[in-house]
Amino acid sequence: MPASESDPHAPVDGLGPVRGDGPVDGLGPVRGDGPVDGLGPVCGDGPVDGHGPVYDLAVVGAGCAGLSGAVTAAELGLSVALLDASAQTGGQYYRHPAPALGAVRPEALHHDWSAFAELRRRQEASDITRLTGCHVWAVIREDGDLWAVHAVTGADGDGERPVRVRARALLLATGAYERQLPFPGWTLPGVVGAGGAQAMLKSGLVLPGRRIVVAGSGPLLLAVAASLAAAGARVPAVVEASGYLRYARHPRALAANPQKLAEAAVHGAELLRHGVRVRTRSAVTAVHGRDRVEAVTVSRLDREWRPAQGTGRHIECDALAVGFGLVPQIELAAGLGCAVRRTADGTSALVLDPLQETSVPGVWAAGETGGVGGAQLAREEGEMAGLAVAARLTGRSALVRSGRMRELRRRRARMRAFADVMAAAHAPGVGWTRWLADDTDVCRCEEVTAGRIREGVAGLGARDVRSVKLLTRAGMGWCQGRMCGAAVACLASGAEAPPPSAERRPLAVPVTLSALASLDEPRAGPEPRGR
Amino acid sequence: MARDPVELAGARPGPPFEITFDGRAVAALPGQSVAAALWAAGILAWRTTRVGGRPRGAFCGIGQCYDCLATVNGTPNRRACLVPASPGDTITTQEGHGHAGLGV
Repeated sequence: MPASESDPHAPVDGLGPVRGDGPVDGLGPVRGDGPVDGLGPVCGDGPVDGHGPVYDLAVVGAGCAGLSGAVTAAELGLSVALLDASAQTGGQYYRHPAPALGAVRPEALHHDWSAFAELRRRQEASDITRLTGCHVWAVIREDGDLWAVHAVTGADGDGERPVRVRARALLLATGAYERQLPFPGWTLPGVVGAGGAQAMLKSGLVLPGRRIVVAGSGPLLLAVAASLAAAGARVPAVVEASGYLRYARHPRALAANPQKLAEAAVHGAELLRHGVRVRTRSAVTAVHGRDRVEAVTVSRLDREWRPAQGTGRHIECDALAVGFGLVPQIELAAGLGCAVRRTADGTSALVLDPLQETSVPGVWAAGETGGVGGAQLAREEGEMAGLAVAARLTGRSALVRSGRMRELRRRRARMRAFADVMAAAHAPGVGWTRWLADDTDVCRCEEVTAGRIREGVAGLGARDVRSVKLLTRAGMGWCQGRMCGAAVACLASGAEAPPPSAERRPLAVPVTLSALASLDEPRAGPEPRGR
Repeated sequence: MARDPVELAGARPGPPFEITFDGRAVAALPGQSVAAALWAAGILAWRTTRVGGRPRGAFCGIGQCYDCLATVNGTPNRRACLVPASPGDTITTQEGHGHAGLGV
């Protein structure tokens, strides 16, 4: 789309292409080659008022949950806008190479690719308006019980044309990002997120090195190690801070989820085939190298994740992929006042009713935003949300009393039970802060060390993330505390498990002043009704 | 076992094109991000931090951590893991906040 040829300061209301012209974005049409005029007419996308089209449903996030919710709602006759930051659907789990890379076997990098292929087929057959390259920074309530979704556009949000999409109902399917816990050397080039290494592999077909240690905690590590090894990397070790024995304490949740065991078995077999050694109750406690990773030290941990002195083992590698589970991405919902709950591994997730609605009426959520549970659960919750939104907007209450809905609710309960077992098994132990040195950077953006945070806590009385931030700038940088938030919360609360943070970030992504200035006059809407 | 990710995914991209990193020629495949092209060339750092002047590159890989900020065609603070590489792109190591040229 020749964005530069349009007035860069013109606010664009619900960019709507003529149906079938492919997605509209800040990047240029992905399919279809007709020029897409962001200010052009929209065909049949519901009532159009002075501010552009009003969709029945706006879905934020085109991963498993959002895609599933969008196709379900569209197939039931709703007009749907589907927004995502990426040029492609699939979210993080089904992240895949851009078409120009010509990958004929994208499924080689994925588990259960056919499930995504089917969702994508349904989306392409639907009249969903896909808005790609949209980085949503806020959702607000407008007059007439409408939701306005505000986004900046472009590959990394640098596009000058902001987008506003209005809808009668909202489905937040914003997924999760990786939880990180700092350790000495974790800012050295070559140390990358475990999910990050996998994302770069899935989309760019690249590796950060040839010998990659995978470390942290959680089931993602096995999947990452298996795909790195399959892609030609040597994986000297997978280093898991917890054990796997805790799963065995919940035989019913395991027995009810055979597909999860099958998935683990696939990864396990792959690791065996590549001779990858899994070290449990261990962590990387130091990274060596001057300007990039040359080796790591792996230490044994006790049950509370306290490193045992003198157990360090030197492992040579040229990269380290690390992550400690996933954090639900719930800023947009938190900004609307949606209630949150604490999960078994200490993250904050949205409180949802049995039909996936948040505590704010008219706002639904699905997938990881309601607690990390994996791609299959996300798909089913997306479908439930799609059914529930259609039932509400069209008055067809039979949709939520159907046998299909009962089946989905049963499966959700089963998979949520497994997710809780998994979260508890990999919840960080309180002893991990012992592996920090005083000069270890905790906040990567603002380069705030553990020593300075401890000083703020012990010397100046900070007891929470916000006080630490005000005293030290930890969490005040570009990422807004996404990378250091979990660690700062632990350090601030001492040995106790930290209270859940509200994840309140008034702007969910950075927004330029020119994008803000180009918004038209704000119209005060009623406050969202609480329940 | 595949020798590399391109073989694993059965990728048949178009011909590689050239971008530059701090004046050095780097080959990029169509469809790769700037960060992916740099990783493929063995380059892991393209930013120095504001305070300590330490090298950084891609970390989260999904646009959340902002560690991969680079100066792309003269514009600082571009997330290299999200920005697609284009033929002739000039990537330069971003020093500090990237606005030294503004004298701020």
